[in-house]
Formats: sequence, structure tokens, C-alpha cells
Amino acid sequence: MSRRNDLVVLRPEGLYCPAGDFHIDPWRPVPRAVITHGHGDHARGGMQVYHCTRASEAILRWRLGDVRIHTHDWGESFRLGGVEVSLHSAGHVLGSAQVRIDDGEQVWVASGDYKRQPDPTCDPFEVVPCDTFITEATFASPIYRWPDTREVAADIVAWRRECAERGEAAILLCYSLGKAQRVLGELLPLDDQPAWVHGAIDNGVQVYRQAGIPMLATEAVAEQGRQPDSAGRLVIAPPSAAGTPWVRRFGRHQLAFASGWMHLRGNRRRRNVDRGFVVSDHADWPALLQTIEETGARRIIATHGNTDALIRYLRERDIAAEAFRTDYGSEE
Amino acid sequence: MKAFAALYQRLDRSTATGDKRAALIDYFRSAPAHDGAWALYLLSGGKVGGARRKIAASGELRAWLVEETGLPAWLVEDSYEQVGDLAETLTLLVDEPAVPAPDRPLVDWIERHLLPVANLDETIRRDAVLTGWRTLPATQRLVFNKLLTGALRVGVSQRLVQQALAELSGLDIARIAQRMLGEWVPSPSLLSTLLSPEEQPLDRQQPYPFFLASPLEAAVDTLGAPTDWVLEWKWDGIRLQLLRRQGEVALWSRGEERLDGRFPEIEQAAAALPDGCVIDGELLAWDADADQPRAFTALQTRIQRRKPGPATLRSTPVRVLAYDLLEENGEDLRGVPLQQRRARLAALLGALDDPRIQLSPQVHADDWTHAASLREQARLRGVEGLMIKRADSVYQAGRRRGDWWKWKVDPLTIDAVLLYAQAGHGRRSTLYTDYTFGVWKGDELVPVAKAYSGLDDKEILALDRWIRSNTRERFGPVRSVKAEQVFELGFEAVNVSKRHKSGIAVRFPRILRWRQDKPAAEADHLEQLQALAR
Repeated sequence: MSRRNDLVVLRPEGLYCPAGDFHIDPWRPVPRAVITHGHGDHARGGMQVYHCTRASEAILRWRLGDVRIHTHDWGESFRLGGVEVSLHSAGHVLGSAQVRIDDGEQVWVASGDYKRQPDPTCDPFEVVPCDTFITEATFASPIYRWPDTREVAADIVAWRRECAERGEAAILLCYSLGKAQRVLGELLPLDDQPAWVHGAIDNGVQVYRQAGIPMLATEAVAEQGRQPDSAGRLVIAPPSAAGTPWVRRFGRHQLAFASGWMHLRGNRRRRNVDRGFVVSDHADWPALLQTIEETGARRIIATHGNTDALIRYLRERDIAAEAFRTDYGSEE
Repeated sequence: MKAFAALYQRLDRSTATGDKRAALIDYFRSAPAHDGAWALYLLSGGKVGGARRKIAASGELRAWLVEETGLPAWLVEDSYEQVGDLAETLTLLVDEPAVPAPDRPLVDWIERHLLPVANLDETIRRDAVLTGWRTLPATQRLVFNKLLTGALRVGVSQRLVQQALAELSGLDIARIAQRMLGEWVPSPSLLSTLLSPEEQPLDRQQPYPFFLASPLEAAVDTLGAPTDWVLEWKWDGIRLQLLRRQGEVALWSRGEERLDGRFPEIEQAAAALPDGCVIDGELLAWDADADQPRAFTALQTRIQRRKPGPATLRSTPVRVLAYDLLEENGEDLRGVPLQQRRARLAALLGALDDPRIQLSPQVHADDWTHAASLREQARLRGVEGLMIKRADSVYQAGRRRGDWWKWKVDPLTIDAVLLYAQAGHGRRSTLYTDYTFGVWKGDELVPVAKAYSGLDDKEILALDRWIRSNTRERFGPVRSVKAEQVFELGFEAVNVSKRHKSGIAVRFPRILRWRQDKPAAEADHLEQLQALAR
């Protein structure tokens, strides 16, 4: 249902703004890419020039190496082709942005991934009024209503202490960019024992620390020797570490996973983890609806996740809604 | 309810058997007697509602949920499809109560809240359910909804519960297992009777827990000298215990069901056995002319008839092939070595001299190579393969590895096309894991088998993704998919069946391999299956 004046259209290489001649989070190499945030499915290699927020720069450098980057301050307006572009906080991970595009006639906002819950490691979501709002739909189902993350963090500490009593290590699987640091940030006021972190997590932790984000003290697992005394230790590792020889060094342990998907028992059991902690960097169902309403947008485009349900629900409420079939993932 | 919900959560979270057992012991140690009885009943797969006591049908629960949440009905269905478990869907979609109500015992919820409204008007049943939804916090609400939707399914085996009770009471697990066989009601005195060290009057009426063989996966010659083992045919019938005690005869199936009245010829024959004996064996529909068993499907007509008429008795005669003697002269023989139990059984049945209850013959093999060649003839003889039992084995309870092996003949195979998929249960509830397969009949694919197992986790994930993006139609929880994916299926036998559209029924189908190399057009044809049918 693309129309002649659309500020963002779907192209084989990704979301494209014809009036500004640039792409947003493209999945194939293009000349000019505006990047919402540093996750692998949104920030890919091979672009000639990258535009991103100042806070995202370090993450892009860590993940993509030596690439050409233009950084922008929050809300700073810059011109690309015939449109004014500005970046506004999405509250997803450090530096994550919504892309606001204004051609003088209409305003479009591409929000990438976002959440509305408080997060001590990144700026809160900013409501940007617009005519068309491009939204994610990762958790677009009324079954998803997130618990208060501070309470979940207290559960994580209680679980670690339970493991301590049983002489077990408490291995918490988290995605290495964003989730791990958010958990460490939430744990800072609640626990005083340093967490051990896997190498893949440590890189992200260093980037966050350099950005001045306060988090629980961490030590690298690699520095703990071959068979460290791990009883009662919180160990933070990426999900890919589960079931590998890397875990064996800790001896007796419990495995937990911090993700929005853990809201469903079936997912937890499928992952074969002892505990699932519901911590999500995406908007839950009420937050999606609230955000759509607050932007005042008359047209909604859903990019990834349970888009069918969101679109049908909005249409039944007389909001024009459609989908872009994108390559963005639903890993969390 | 709070304590039972906490138990449920501990069991649901834990992946270690030891932790689950500890959770069960903690619960049963402190639970009030009547709560504990209901807990045991529910953990054993018992249901609160059901056909005769209707509290809430699945369709009603969804309709009430639509009213309660104000969500469109299609969105409730979409949610259910994502969660895969109705009780959990109900729990997630209902708002958390602002102020949880004071705790009520489990038995109170069941006996004074839910059961009294069974079979009453919908509005009354709905109000009872809404009270639970509006007052119980999420963990208790989940258990409450589980009571409404059926079994608990919390990954606890009957044996694990029995182990916990044995550890708690100091009683022998075999005695507890025996007392838990058959039907019982969750009465306030249940646990004290079940765990009583004294001999109970009912103890004499119960069958023994069946000892089950494990599939032989290793090479047969790893078992050592063939002379240490007893070989028998593996029959494809109904495993049962025949109890001849206190002047009466009772038949118990392995499903812990009494088969009284269904097989009058066997009861008649057994009446001539001396009192105080229990026989373990296999019930088979018998083809007297060929002197071999008929296909399992022949038995199905008999199982369904509670009181078979003369025509059925004539058309489908049955007999028991007995392979073990668990009790003689009222004495429990389970601790006696198999070879001696068999000898006593042979003597007993020799004296009975009735073709309707016969000794399952010992199969003699000079060595394992000979045994293997006998096994190859299994299909011709109408059996599933060989049983290999250690000659000095005692009769244990449940499936214990090491002494009894079933060595089935290699399965028949066929290449079939995936037609339909449905979400699984338990740990697979968010994935499409229940598959229906079809073969060609002319230029049309007809469904011939359902299979739930045989793929590894990686393949399940890949196939799930493929199913989601290649769905043609949806029928409730079932999706039809493009006829593209071919799988090699294994199965034990093909039977002629009037109940199936294809005219055949396959026994024990499972997936052997995903044939990604094969296009659907090259899948097998119905005629090939029909040729194998008997």
C-alpha cells in the first residue's frame, strides 16, 4: 500500500527514504545508512557511511570495526537529501534511537526497537509526535505484560543466594549488548558481590563503563583460573555459551535466562534452563498501544514480530495499519 | 492453594529429579491430610472436571475470557496459539487482582467451590470460575486454571511421587505403588491408608505394579552368554495381570484398568486355577487355523465391548499367553528368580490344561546369531520381535533397565509428506511438533500417520519456522502446510482399518529422518502400504 509521498518505503536492501536517499538499518550494503542501534540485525557491516547517535558510536566501532561514522546529538537536526532528520531516544539499549524524518509536509518516525520501562543504562523513550509511526511488534500480544524489572532484579539476587546455599554457580544467560548491562545496572543497588562476565559480555560492559553507566562491579571469567571456586557466583554469559565446554569450569551450577520470551513457560522449558527471568528491552502489549496512541500517528507500519495481530487490532480501531516484511530478528 | 501452587512452581522450575523429590517430600510432610490427598490425585493425572462433572468446557473458558478481558475473540485465539497451553493463556490474559484474597485450602477450592457447581447452568459455573480469576494471584491462578482444563502435566512421574512418599513414610515403594493401582478417590484418609505399615484389606485385591522391559539399543552380543537369558516372543496384544484370589477372577490391564466382563472366556478358564495366584501375560486375538495371533486391531473390537455377544465371541476368540507367575498359594513370588517362576507357571498351566490360558513358549536359540535370525521371522509369526529376560531376574516394578529387554524387529519404513502441523504440549508448547503425514493416492495425498517424535531440537526449530512461513490454511490450532517436506517414517505394522479414510492404520509411527533431498512427488503411494497390511 505504498503511496507516492511515502517518506519510507521497503526495498530489497531494507527500509529506504527516497526523498532523503538513505536507508534505515538496511540488511544489505548501501551508500548511506542511518542506524537506530547497535544490535546485529539492525547495524550490519558494509555500508559506505553510517549515521548514528553519539552514544551508539562506540558500540558500532566495537561491533563493526573501522567504518565511516557521522554522529549526531539527541534531537539535533541534520539534512539528508531533501529531508530533515533527527534522532530521538528509543530506550532500547545505550544510544538506541528513533529516526524522525520531516520533509516539511509530513513527519515520519522509524522507531527501530524500543521499550517504555525504566532502564538505568539508557535514556528513556521520547514520544515524538508524527503522522506515520513505524513500530516493532516483537511482543505484540496481550499475553505480554512485563513485571517491574526492579522486582525481577531482586528475584535474581534471591536466586543467586539460593545457589550459594546449594554450593552452585548462578549462570545467567543474557544477550551481550544491552540486556547484560541493564541487568548489571539493576543489580548495582541490590547486591555487592562482583559478577563474573564472559568475554563477549565484557566487551559490552567496557563500552558502557566508558560511557559512564553505573553498573555492578564485574570481573572477567578468563581471569579466574581454570577451575575457580564458583559457588554462589553470579556468572553472566551469552545464550550461545549454554551447553558448551565453557560452562563446565564452574562445576555445579544452575542456568537462568533473562529475556522477555521467558514470560512463557514453554519457552523456558524448551531452553532447558532452571530459571527464566522476564527482563525485556522491547515494548510489551500495553506499551505498544500506549506509544502508538501518544505519537498521534494516523498511520502505523509494523516491521517485525507478531505484526498480523497488531495490524488487525489497530484496524478494528480505525487506525490505518500495515506491515513491512523486514529481516529484523526476534532474538532477545 | 498457596502451598500447592508453590509446590507446582517448584516442580515446574526444577529440571533435577532430586530437587523435585525434595519438593514433593516437603509438601506432603506439611500438607493437611485432605489437601495432600487431592494433591496426590492431581499429580497422578487425576482431573477435577471431566465429562461427567462439567465445570468449564474449553470453549466456555475462552468465551468467558473474552467477556472478562474485553479483548476480541480472535486475539484470544491468537494468544492461545502463541502460548500453546490454555490454562497459561487464561492466567496471562486476566488482570492481576489488586488485593489478593486470603488463602483457601486446595480441598476447599475443589470440593466447596468447583465441584458443587458441576453440571449447573452456565452462569453459575462462570461465576465460580470468575471468582478464581479475580482473586487468585498468578501462580495460584495458573494451578486453578489447570484444574479447569485437565491434567497438571508438571513433569512428575508416578514413580517419583511414589519415591517421595516411600522416603517420607519409610514404607517399601512396591507396596505404595501397588496400593496406588486402579481407581481411588482423594478422601481425607487416603494418605494414612496408603502409607500405613499395616496390611490393608484392599491390598489383597490389587494387582502388582507391572515390570516393564526396555528397548535393546546396544548390540545383542553385549548381553554376554545366551544361556544366562530366557527368550520369548514379543506379542503385540494387551499386557495384563490375571488375579485369582478369594474365589474371584480379576483381569487388570497395564493401564490400571479392570477388564471385567470384556473377556468372559478368559475369566471362565481362570476360574479353574487354584486360589491365590497371579499371572502376568498377554491377551491376544487368536487365529486358530493359522495358530498365530491376529493383528492388534482385531482386539480393538473386543476392548470396546463391555459385554460381548455370542457373535463377537465366535468371530474374535482371544487367549492369554502367560509368561510370569507373580503369586502362588497366596505367596508373593516376585523375589524368586525368573527361571523358577516360569517352571512353576508351566506346572500350573499344565495342570489347568486349557488352550485359553497357555504358557508363552520359551524360544530356544543356540547363540545370538541364531536369535537374530529368529527375530527376523517375527513379522511372519505375527509378533513384534523377541523378549530377552535375565534367567535369574526378580520381578521389579516399572521400567527398570538391565534385566528385561525388548528386541523388536526393525521397523517398516515409508516416505511420506508433511500435511498438517499442530503445536505440541509441555516443553514443546510454543512449537509446531505434532505432525500429520500423507502418501499418494493417485494424484492426491491422503493422511496415513501422525507422529510426534524422531526429530532433534535443531530440526524441530527449523521445521517450525518452515511451517509458519508455509502455512496454507488454519483450522483452530492446526495448520495445513504446502506439500513439500518429505520424511522417512518407521512403524511396526500396517493394519486394515475401517475407521481411517485411507483404509489402513499404521502401528507406532515415528520419524526416522527428514528427507530434505526428496521432492514430494517421490513420496510413497498408498498401494505400497496396503500391500503390507494384514
